[in-house]
Amino acid sequence: MTGRVIVKSPTALATGVNMSDYEEECSRFTWQEARRALDGLPAGQGLNIAHEAVVRHARGDEPNRVALRCLDRHDNRTDVSYAQLDERSNQFANVLCTLGVEAGERVFVLMPRIDELFVAAIGTLKHRSVLCPLFAAFGPEPIRQRLEIGAGSVLVTTPTLYRHKVARIREHVPLLRHVLLSGDFEETELPEGTSDLGRLLNEASNQYDIAPTDPEDMALLHFTSGTTGKPKGAIHVHDAVVSHYVTGRIALDLHPDDVFWCTADPGWVTGTSYGIISPLVHGATAIVDEGDFDAKRWYETLEREGVSVWYTAPTALRMLMRAGPAMAKEHDLSRLRFVASVGEPLNPEVVLWGEEVLGLPIHDNWWQTETGGIMVANYACMDIRPGSMGRPLPGIEAAILVRDEHGKVLVDQDGKGVRAKSGTEGELALRPGWPSMFRGYLGQRARYESAFAGGWYLSGDLARQDEDGYFWFVGRGDDVIKSSGHLIGPFEVESALMEHEAVGEAGVIGIPDPLLGEVVKAFVTLNPGFEASEELRLQLIGFARTRLGAAVAPRDIAFDQHLPHTKSGKIMRRLLKARELGLAEGDTSTLEVEA
Amino acid sequence: MNPDQARELMRKVLRPIAPEADLNNVLANERIQEALDLDSVDFLEFVTGLSAATGLEMPERDYAQLSTVEGCIDYLTSPH
Repeated sequence: MTGRVIVKSPTALATGVNMSDYEEECSRFTWQEARRALDGLPAGQGLNIAHEAVVRHARGDEPNRVALRCLDRHDNRTDVSYAQLDERSNQFANVLCTLGVEAGERVFVLMPRIDELFVAAIGTLKHRSVLCPLFAAFGPEPIRQRLEIGAGSVLVTTPTLYRHKVARIREHVPLLRHVLLSGDFEETELPEGTSDLGRLLNEASNQYDIAPTDPEDMALLHFTSGTTGKPKGAIHVHDAVVSHYVTGRIALDLHPDDVFWCTADPGWVTGTSYGIISPLVHGATAIVDEGDFDAKRWYETLEREGVSVWYTAPTALRMLMRAGPAMAKEHDLSRLRFVASVGEPLNPEVVLWGEEVLGLPIHDNWWQTETGGIMVANYACMDIRPGSMGRPLPGIEAAILVRDEHGKVLVDQDGKGVRAKSGTEGELALRPGWPSMFRGYLGQRARYESAFAGGWYLSGDLARQDEDGYFWFVGRGDDVIKSSGHLIGPFEVESALMEHEAVGEAGVIGIPDPLLGEVVKAFVTLNPGFEASEELRLQLIGFARTRLGAAVAPRDIAFDQHLPHTKSGKIMRRLLKARELGLAEGDTSTLEVEA
Repeated sequence: MNPDQARELMRKVLRPIAPEADLNNVLANERIQEALDLDSVDFLEFVTGLSAATGLEMPERDYAQLSTVEGCIDYLTSPH
């Protein structure tokens, strides 16, 4: 754990950071006290994310403060004030009432990053139905699975996305009662079974009072992938807003006058917790960029919009590095004050590149869909050890637990998890009880329960902790693939490939990649009558991309008629990976012996 | 290079990246990335592929021009 330490100077701290002393904050922090910074619904009627994020600002001192600054692909800018977002989301909540949607039903959102995504999100939360955002780069199959598992009643999307991805799976999701299309189009162009969201909004009242909301009411459903089986829908409740507030204050140093840009898509948990909720709870201005990554445009956006706090991902930062320092130097980034990154470990080179090229170090942090908010972070006031994810958020107890030879966390005779010695690798675990902790996987109780042991939530990530308390990511403890900061379940990819007539069996693993962290690679065994060829390989890649979308599909496929199996017949992905990377193949005692 | 050759080159470069994608379905001024459901990395590979095939240096600042079929053809057919 040698290497350069980035020391924070006292002058850097003189600018009024929210937390100036990590140890001191840890010693006095309580969630109960933190909760007092929020308003709660009037007359003690509970806690609702939408009230804290929008209503209290809109109906407070500064209703005209800009909540969202939306940039389209041509850099046209539309500002939405807190008051406007409040009114428009009232209309959305009223639309849900008119359609007969009940509190607790799931409203799915499959949208580009535009203002109506936010209107739908906040309106859904006001109405107390459950927001489930999907990533627009998903193909039809992941969309169908998630709608089915989440029992979605409403889907908000655009005509293009509907035609490309939803129309063909519509008949397979019979519980989906309403499809609302956002955008400019003629009513006559509406596909059958869909409604014009714009018209419904305009017809709805812009007055809405949030009904009493129990802080433990389900608010958000975020899907994530496991090693086996279907995707899991992690349930979050309205109380999560306490974590969104606290982490915004401490880990991102958000202030009300900040212009904050979280580059993640709301289809992933980061884009919801920090692209929507956290900045709004702080009364800041959030940048909403419809466009995809483009190095030049991103620097221009940082400069033109005067972004002061920026939350992005390692892949994006590596792509900026690739574009060279000259491009950065052409832009005045002096308004930028704090830069953070999440999604996968940030390599030290990128942290140092930030210091050199942006004039600011990059603060890596760690969390996952299940945790709902940042859990371990590098803070404005704390020295950075490049390559480390930092230290646990005040109020969070994190530990490294010892795993046995089967990868299971060791539990002692009192039923407690056994902590690893400092510097030793083990499973990163968190003590349950923070507000944004997931409350279950929808309809999958056993999978939820298996995420806990010995009094801890088990993250599935392997890490170690150094003698000064900094955590260092080592790798995933299971076969889940982390590509471009997103988790991809190998089973989902294997299942899609096996639907092709040529494929008898498929094994899917992650291959290290300098830009994406890992890329998805599939090994397939062909059915009799099919021959390996470049033409077939490309056909399979195209087949997988059409079903799964670019974000999930394998970037490479290899033919392999001898996939390694366990004695019980499961494909040994670990061994496939070891083979591919030329590593020692480890414990192969359960491997099928080929005659 | 003439426009037909440019189009053919684009097709050739795109094929291993997104074999399912059909350039014929993209309008001249439509953004290739959205029209063909490519992600940022696919697009990056596409530009890198064009650059490798032509020997032209294609710096990041030119990516905006390369985002449409029309822009790509102009770029590939004009003298550099």
